[in-house]
Amino acid sequence: MTMMSPMQTNPTTAAATATGTADPMAIRAASFDGFYGSFQALKGISLDIPRNQVTAFIGPSGCGKSTFLRWMNRMNDTIAGARASGTLTLDGEDILARSVDVVDLRRRVGMVFQRPNPFPKSIFDNVAFGPRLHWRHSRADLEDLVEQSLRSAALWNEVKDRLHASALGLSGGQQQRLCIARAIAGGPEVLLMDEPCSALDPKSTASVEELIRELRTAYTIVIVTHNMQQASRISDRTAFFFEGSLIEAGQTETLFTNPKSKQTEDYVTGRFG
Amino acid sequence: MAQSAVAAPTSAARGTPIPRSSRDRSERVVKSVLLSFSLLSIVTTFSIVAVLGIEAWGFFKGFPDKPGIGLVPFFTGTEWSPLLGGEQKFGVLPLVCGTLLVTVIAGAFALPIGLVTAIFLSEYAPSRLRVVLKSALEVLAGVPTVVYGFFALAVITPALQRVSDAFGTYNALSAGLAVGIMILPIVCSLSEDALRAVPQSLRDGSSALGGTKFDTSVKVVLPAALSGIMASFLLALTRAIGETMIVALAAGGLAQMTMNPASQVQTMTGFIVAIFTGDAQANSVEYASSYAVAATLFLMTLALTLAGTAILRRFREEYE
Amino acid sequence: MTDVPHVPVARRLLANRMFLATCVVCTGLAVCVLAVLIVSIVMDGVHRLSPDFIANFASRKPDQAGIRAPLVGSIWVCTICALTALPVGVGTAIYLEEFAKRGRLTEFIRINISNLSGVPSIVYGIIGLTAFSRFFGWRAGAEPIELGSPDSLLYLRLPFGSSVLAGGLTLALVVLPIVIVASQEAIRAVPNSLRQGALALGSTRWQMVSRLTLPASLPMVMTGAILAMSRAIGEAAPILVLGAPLMVLETPANLMSEFTVLPMQIFNWAGRAKASFQEIAAAAIIVQLAVLMSFNALAILVRQRLQTPLQ
Repeated sequence: MTMMSPMQTNPTTAAATATGTADPMAIRAASFDGFYGSFQALKGISLDIPRNQVTAFIGPSGCGKSTFLRWMNRMNDTIAGARASGTLTLDGEDILARSVDVVDLRRRVGMVFQRPNPFPKSIFDNVAFGPRLHWRHSRADLEDLVEQSLRSAALWNEVKDRLHASALGLSGGQQQRLCIARAIAGGPEVLLMDEPCSALDPKSTASVEELIRELRTAYTIVIVTHNMQQASRISDRTAFFFEGSLIEAGQTETLFTNPKSKQTEDYVTGRFG
Repeated sequence: MAQSAVAAPTSAARGTPIPRSSRDRSERVVKSVLLSFSLLSIVTTFSIVAVLGIEAWGFFKGFPDKPGIGLVPFFTGTEWSPLLGGEQKFGVLPLVCGTLLVTVIAGAFALPIGLVTAIFLSEYAPSRLRVVLKSALEVLAGVPTVVYGFFALAVITPALQRVSDAFGTYNALSAGLAVGIMILPIVCSLSEDALRAVPQSLRDGSSALGGTKFDTSVKVVLPAALSGIMASFLLALTRAIGETMIVALAAGGLAQMTMNPASQVQTMTGFIVAIFTGDAQANSVEYASSYAVAATLFLMTLALTLAGTAILRRFREEYE
Repeated sequence: MTDVPHVPVARRLLANRMFLATCVVCTGLAVCVLAVLIVSIVMDGVHRLSPDFIANFASRKPDQAGIRAPLVGSIWVCTICALTALPVGVGTAIYLEEFAKRGRLTEFIRINISNLSGVPSIVYGIIGLTAFSRFFGWRAGAEPIELGSPDSLLYLRLPFGSSVLAGGLTLALVVLPIVIVASQEAIRAVPNSLRQGALALGSTRWQMVSRLTLPASLPMVMTGAILAMSRAIGEAAPILVLGAPLMVLETPANLMSEFTVLPMQIFNWAGRAKASFQEIAAAAIIVQLAVLMSFNALAILVRQRLQTPLQ
């Protein structure tokens, strides 16, 4: 580790440090508590998210899994009364510190939402939105970057002839892949996905799931899902949340076939939730 | 079709990063500019209160060469004759009376018609007719009030004079009706908004119990929208009280305590116009009295607006 | 069998029908009023409309009078009003909707704006007179301070007096609450999911507003702005208080010029007893309504052409 903190450096070197870091864990949480006003939504979470793997958060509605996800890029800052304590680090840097440049944090930790939320702009402008926020590019570099991002999101072949058409004309599955392309164009290290397939039909779900598996080679992915089959299909590790607490976390296969906790077993076998 | 392993887009690194300092600086500048814009509205309110308050205070308290009028004689006096030769009298009640007479006439005309039209638009009218009628109302809403003043003088007053000899060239009824026409679109469109905000499930429930359209509209939808409708009434009456050009043209210039719609009256706004278009000296008592009248007008409309927004807020809470 | 008395169905249906009839009558009355209004004005004034009527200045002789000065004055005043009220109004709306945290100050500003929208326009006239024309009595009785040359468009005289600049600023006060409320509604119509998306990509608030919410809400903001301007162009009371001269025989040359506006001219002519003045008042109203109709048409056009779905 260099002495220079990645949070404070400019984005280019931040990306470089990320690949050079020895820590196999991208995100570490220890005794993490999260609150909405006086309501404690998360209780003493300790969990490490390994680099370049897919980690799935499962659990019944209201168990705190989405809340936890939204702390990883400080999206909870936009909610009045939300606060947190404990440790939450990205590459060893405190995410919760006051001094953190939230804007740069969110560039490094991309997010995909439950419902596809393409901007009412062209496909090109959607993907270029993030890069334009953080860099001054030449036009050629920007075009190149948009193409690479769309290729990475497995959308390039479908949209290459209509890059300047409105993104709202795409199908739901295409829109969600566009949102993924948009999230990776800014050059993040981590991708957070909050039930990215819940608003999609089965066919689009399959294409997005396939994409997530492929993206793992380049990104650390955290996905919140309601769907246990989905978690078992696409994730390397799974964490089970219940009523604000982390009940169990481990290799996906182990957690589904041989859970340590009775609660986990009941949930994954469909006895409640 | 085999796809090779995904590589992170790398050309992000090829651009020149925009430094945090410049980004934060523009963020701070923009935020303070926008905040100062919003504070301008407070400055405006402060100026209104200060200007009217200070000038009216001087009028009540007195001038170097003349005694002040005093708060109690101003608000209880029943004679208003600041311009006529002889003794000046500053009792504001005749002006308040004139304003209320015009407002009552306008309300009596516009509130029932506006409400019933709103019910028709929201509950009965087929959507095509609705669009046409709403745009007609929009046209009415956009007509400058001086046009209604002209309409009162050129059309309403002659029509009234044909009905009865009691009506002079200037009368309260003509001005009141014109003000009523002016506020009609306000009542109508705001009441319609309130009616349409009532959830469809309430209507379905009433119809399913065997209610006729009349039962549904009047016994279910109307009560549910009542606070929104009341708010629209109050806002419309606020506009009526503050209306200037119509009364300046059609109501006349004689301040008197009367509830006779055929007689001429002077409203508070009408008096202010008379002062500012007349030849009153800028440091005379009658000139200063216009500020006291404007302050009274401001307080009346402020009370109505506050009541209207309070009702509206309660209404929003009911459905959100 | 129950003996409970009940309202016969026939009577309830009759009530239903009678109410519908009342509705139709009331709506018809509203439409009739509009029709009578337009027809009577057109009948009174249309024969007075001519190129000379547009091109001539005011005159004591109705046959030679025209609306050149008020028409050009209205354009000046409206432009000044737009240049000041729109940035301030839209900026206030952006601050309240996108930046302000919920708190006492924000709540106070909100309540304050709703109260300002209820203030009669003549009161704004008095404030405009005191603040812009007289600078709260500063240098009362003394010669005004001059800045720049009278030949220049930006020539200033402090205080502003009954100038076209004072008129425009006063009207800006009148329409400011309207612009703010309309812009707030427009900005609120942008779905929150888009804001979340922009923030999650690392936008600052202002980047989010300037690149996403403002462009997305622009058609609605513009529609509101045009309607606010049509309100401004129809206002006479504040201008009257400012002391616009009865007879203006020049079009404004700079911000300090004397001026009058169309509604003021209509007021002057409509208040005279002579029938020929009533006729030219009606003719001026026709011009005024035509201007307003084109504003409305523009607003509809903007709404239809630029409005894109947001989701």
